[in-house]
Amino acid sequence: MKKRRNLILTLAALILFGGFLYYAQHTFNPYILRILNLCAVFTIFAVTFNLIFGYTGQFSLGHAGFAAVGAYVAALLTMSAAQKSANFFLKPIISPLANVEIPFLPALLLAGLFASVVGSLVAWPALRLRGDYLAIATLGFSEIIRILLVNLQPITNGALGLKGIPSYTNLYWSWGAALVCIFIIKSLINTSYGRAMSAIRDDEVAAEALGVSLFKHKMMAFAVSAFFVGVAGALMANLISTIDPKVFLFFLTYQIVGITVMGGMGSLTGSTIAAILYTVFLEALRPIESPFTIGPLNIPGIPGMRMVLFSILLLTVILFYRRGLMGTNEFSWDWLIGLFHRKDTALAAPTGGAEK
Amino acid sequence: MLEIQNLHVYYGGIHALHGISLSVPAGKIVALLGANGAGKSSTLRTIMGIVKPTQGTIELEGQSLLGMKPFDIVKQGVALVPEGRRVFTNLTVYENLALGAYTRTDREEVRREVAEVYALFPRLEEREKQSAGTLSGGEQQMLALGRALMSQPRLLMIDEPSLGLAPVLSQGVLRRLKELNEKSGQTILLIEQNARAALSIADYAYILETGEIRLKGSAADLAQSDEVRRTYLGVH
Repeated sequence: MKKRRNLILTLAALILFGGFLYYAQHTFNPYILRILNLCAVFTIFAVTFNLIFGYTGQFSLGHAGFAAVGAYVAALLTMSAAQKSANFFLKPIISPLANVEIPFLPALLLAGLFASVVGSLVAWPALRLRGDYLAIATLGFSEIIRILLVNLQPITNGALGLKGIPSYTNLYWSWGAALVCIFIIKSLINTSYGRAMSAIRDDEVAAEALGVSLFKHKMMAFAVSAFFVGVAGALMANLISTIDPKVFLFFLTYQIVGITVMGGMGSLTGSTIAAILYTVFLEALRPIESPFTIGPLNIPGIPGMRMVLFSILLLTVILFYRRGLMGTNEFSWDWLIGLFHRKDTALAAPTGGAEK
Repeated sequence: MLEIQNLHVYYGGIHALHGISLSVPAGKIVALLGANGAGKSSTLRTIMGIVKPTQGTIELEGQSLLGMKPFDIVKQGVALVPEGRRVFTNLTVYENLALGAYTRTDREEVRREVAEVYALFPRLEEREKQSAGTLSGGEQQMLALGRALMSQPRLLMIDEPSLGLAPVLSQGVLRRLKELNEKSGQTILLIEQNARAALSIADYAYILETGEIRLKGSAADLAQSDEVRRTYLGVH
């Protein structure tokens, strides 16, 4: 009964959301659309980081690297031959890549797969490390990827980057991918694999003593995460239509960590909310960086002011909500309905629900 | 059931175990006693495959455990209750128990096993949906024990169950172990600092000192031996 009600509510919400996307895609201006798309991309980034760090407890800082792999794979696969030859004027692109042009869906999947393979290759040796050491190793990997992108000129066009990537990404693609990503990760967490991952986060030694293979589960978290990060990177490339190695600096990873911590480690709902808030705020705060006057004070435009404000925001969240906005709680219909019936059922508390 | 012959373990240059031999007969409780750094935990870690011995053999009912990964050793029927309980604090009591049955796939059997653990520790059933971090030390020890029993181990190994527990509680935990052994013939390898308590429930005991077996014999004999009384029981 309850399950059925929740299923109907979920479907209704999905249809409503679909309707909103349709409306938005057809009426909103490109600027708003870009922000909404970026919200979806950052949602995927945050949710996948949560799987590795929030649920499995592995502090990996490789997200920018995985995203870069996905973005470059998708860009090279979707650009037309003419665009490629226009891009690669310093050094020609290597021959098989020059004429490849495939539709967006297979390009997205290949981007994900490629990132996943790279992620697994990195995880193989790096997962022997724990805690800070793992963070340093994956951070190093992320930098290696960036350096490779700069120097593998016949494939990546080096520091010049790629321009004129077809803008296939629209709200359906980005939010579709985000919903699929949330759904798959949520399902994974609810299986015995997910429980084993949480056990590894809580206590590796005890988990191993119970017969949980540490390597297998960490690897699984890494591979699944890297896949979706690759997809998100691809969506980003086909959204902003130009990428270069500087997009994937460590700063990107830092943003993702910030968003995830703000949303709450171990809450996909929190990651989603924080990703949306972050993306929207970052745009809304743009005026701060242009010159303005407060009374007698004349403040010149300082680039980077937004990040100062963001840092203050993050500090505030950590001070007052030490476990992030949502802690480890998830959105669930039972919780929402409980809010309206609070008087009758005073004890209906938000616990990990079945819904996204 | 468990036979260990001439086990040598090094941590880098440190020779932690100097050729230990011990045997755990089926259906018995064997206690492994000794001061800090005597090599008790190293022995358990080596049996679990977490530490690799440089020399020696470990056999479970005739099958060698050497070179197996920890999770394979669990599948062979060895369960470890690690030192300091180590329950998964963010998971619920039930989820902790379910993880104990991680190597098993039969859902019906797992459910029956959970019921059995609840029968043994009714307190755990009351707190089924609570996260394990909210339990008291004694309850956590019960949970750790219950979690290990979920895999229906042939050999149950327990590392210092009384660590950090009030004497009354630690007596309670040891009594439960004895019950378990008497009722279902559970084979137990017990590590303890509290020699008196351990000797009172064990059948056999080994006393380790700086990586060597100093004394061995039936628990009753050891409890009477002058040397043990002087060094470990504090009787002059």
